[in-house]
Amino acid sequence: MEAVLQYIANGLMVGGIYALIALGIVLVYKSTSVFNFAIGQMMMFGAFFFWMTTEQFGWPIWAGLVVSLTGGVVVGLLIERFTLRPLIGQPLLSAVLVTLALVYFLNGVAMGIWGAYPYRLPDFLPGAPVSVGGIVFSHDLLWSFFLAMAVFVLLLLFYQRTRMGLAMRATAESHQVAQARGINVRTIFSMSWALCGLVAAVGGMLLAFRLGVSQFLSLVGLKAFPAVLFGGLDSIPGALIGGITVGVLENLAGGLIAPWMMEITPYIILLLVLIVRPEGLFGLKRIERI
Amino acid sequence: MAVARPCGTYDESYAKDMAIVRTRLQWIILVVGLIFLLSLPLFLGGRWLNLLNLIGISLIAVHGLNILTGYCGQISLGQAAFMAVGAYTSGVLTAKLGFPFWVALPCAALSAGVVGLIFGLPSLRVKGFYLAMATLAAQFIIPALISHPLEGITNGVRSLVVPVPKLGQMAFTSPQSMFYIIIPIAVLMTFFAKNLVRTGVGRAFIAIRDNDLAAEVQGVNVFRYKLLAFFICSVYAGVAGCLWAHWMRAINPDHFTLMDSIWYVGMMIVGGMGSTAGAVFGVAFLRILDELTKVGVMWLSGIFVAWAAFLQAALGPIVYGLVIILFIVFEPRGLAHRWEIFKASYRLRPFAY
Repeated sequence: MEAVLQYIANGLMVGGIYALIALGIVLVYKSTSVFNFAIGQMMMFGAFFFWMTTEQFGWPIWAGLVVSLTGGVVVGLLIERFTLRPLIGQPLLSAVLVTLALVYFLNGVAMGIWGAYPYRLPDFLPGAPVSVGGIVFSHDLLWSFFLAMAVFVLLLLFYQRTRMGLAMRATAESHQVAQARGINVRTIFSMSWALCGLVAAVGGMLLAFRLGVSQFLSLVGLKAFPAVLFGGLDSIPGALIGGITVGVLENLAGGLIAPWMMEITPYIILLLVLIVRPEGLFGLKRIERI
Repeated sequence: MAVARPCGTYDESYAKDMAIVRTRLQWIILVVGLIFLLSLPLFLGGRWLNLLNLIGISLIAVHGLNILTGYCGQISLGQAAFMAVGAYTSGVLTAKLGFPFWVALPCAALSAGVVGLIFGLPSLRVKGFYLAMATLAAQFIIPALISHPLEGITNGVRSLVVPVPKLGQMAFTSPQSMFYIIIPIAVLMTFFAKNLVRTGVGRAFIAIRDNDLAAEVQGVNVFRYKLLAFFICSVYAGVAGCLWAHWMRAINPDHFTLMDSIWYVGMMIVGGMGSTAGAVFGVAFLRILDELTKVGVMWLSGIFVAWAAFLQAALGPIVYGLVIILFIVFEPRGLAHRWEIFKASYRLRPFAY
């Protein structure tokens, strides 16, 4: 029983990070209806920027944070400017395939700059593992969970309370109507990619505390896809619930059935969701016309 | 198909209108081309033949993907996983159960087809890149199943050694002999792909791609044809996987990763989706580019020794990623479209109408 609770606790914590990455995907999908397959690579870039500044250059932590977050935003903006903007008005398939090609391209760039070796981030997060009734919460996981939640809440506030957030929600509703009301849709697209880059950088750094910085990080980003589809592609609360569900279920399956189940549980969930409820838990069901 | 024909060329009978090979010159080119292709092993070295074999195998996989994505409009990111099913079916049948290659090949095709059907089932309810997600799931689930629960029969990550195909006393060990297995199969499957899209089935696929609701209203059984497209796509993948297994002679789940699946999608894009000739162009283009990059990397790392590690690890993926991105942005209809433009301008010369 204790073991089960421990798996659930771990799953919750990791799920928080998945939720954050899933949010990055939802942000872009909502306003541009492009599914960003390259988010794992964007995460990896964030983590590598942080590692490079703090470990390689020996800069203080806050400088590393600033560089990593700015780097994430810049990567997002560059991707939008050079690959997705020329595709506005093209079939959606092209845009999705471009993000797939970006997976290759960004992997190559990261491999070229930082090599294929895994690196460890320094353990500077204060605190020690907390034990609640026999269940151990390791402090790096706690930190990442609460940071992920904080970013989540900030983004929700941004969406609900600011003019820009309002404009983004309007664009998500309909590009044409938004444009007719005087919203610069192109700026919104850049903004969503910048935000996606930011969120990916945060997620990448948080994951890197646990897994180290390496090419492997980008594969973890793939686990956000089931989370997104579980919650619904265009739903922000859905991303949160989807991420946590995927985290908990994969840890339970990995602990109780076999370690290798951990790798594929998210995808089995994904298949089931697709068959049973394709629009996800909170997703908007689209009614089609000819 | 509205093809620009030169002035004075008329199709006088229905059979002539439907023919793939229409003129005597085309017949000559076809026959001479095939003879030339099949005589290549006589004067090419092993390295070139291996490249051609690889092109042949990839071509089969990309033809399958092209039928599913290019004609039927269903994105698949799991082609490499379906190839793995074919490779391991054939590998286990020949290595563990002693089946001959010629029996294992259709079994591999069929088993891959059935697995493809299972992962195509979500296409009942979802489409577009939701479906891409289902095939992405296949891309992770299948190799994981091969490496762990089925480890007893597949050897998991320790590689399964696959025996050499034999015909009577003759063993197909060298690249030359494998060439005579791979290339004829690739040619036959190209021919089948080309003809499939001219049949009623192919037109149903195209209708589904262009607008599935409209197709359904017109009486196309969308679900059935989508599943059929998945089945055909996976059968192609299975054949490709089986040939891969017997060509490499050792298979490992690492041969069939997501990156490989994206590679096949990239080949299809570069060649031009929804064109059989495009698949040939795309595969040949990217495989030759791959070879050239390797040569270029060797050459460049000789000059810039300090950058050697960077070049060796990074140049390949950067080049492929960039090529695919540039094609999508600047020539979304691929090399096949360029080829059509060239053909049209040749046929209409010297008049520009």
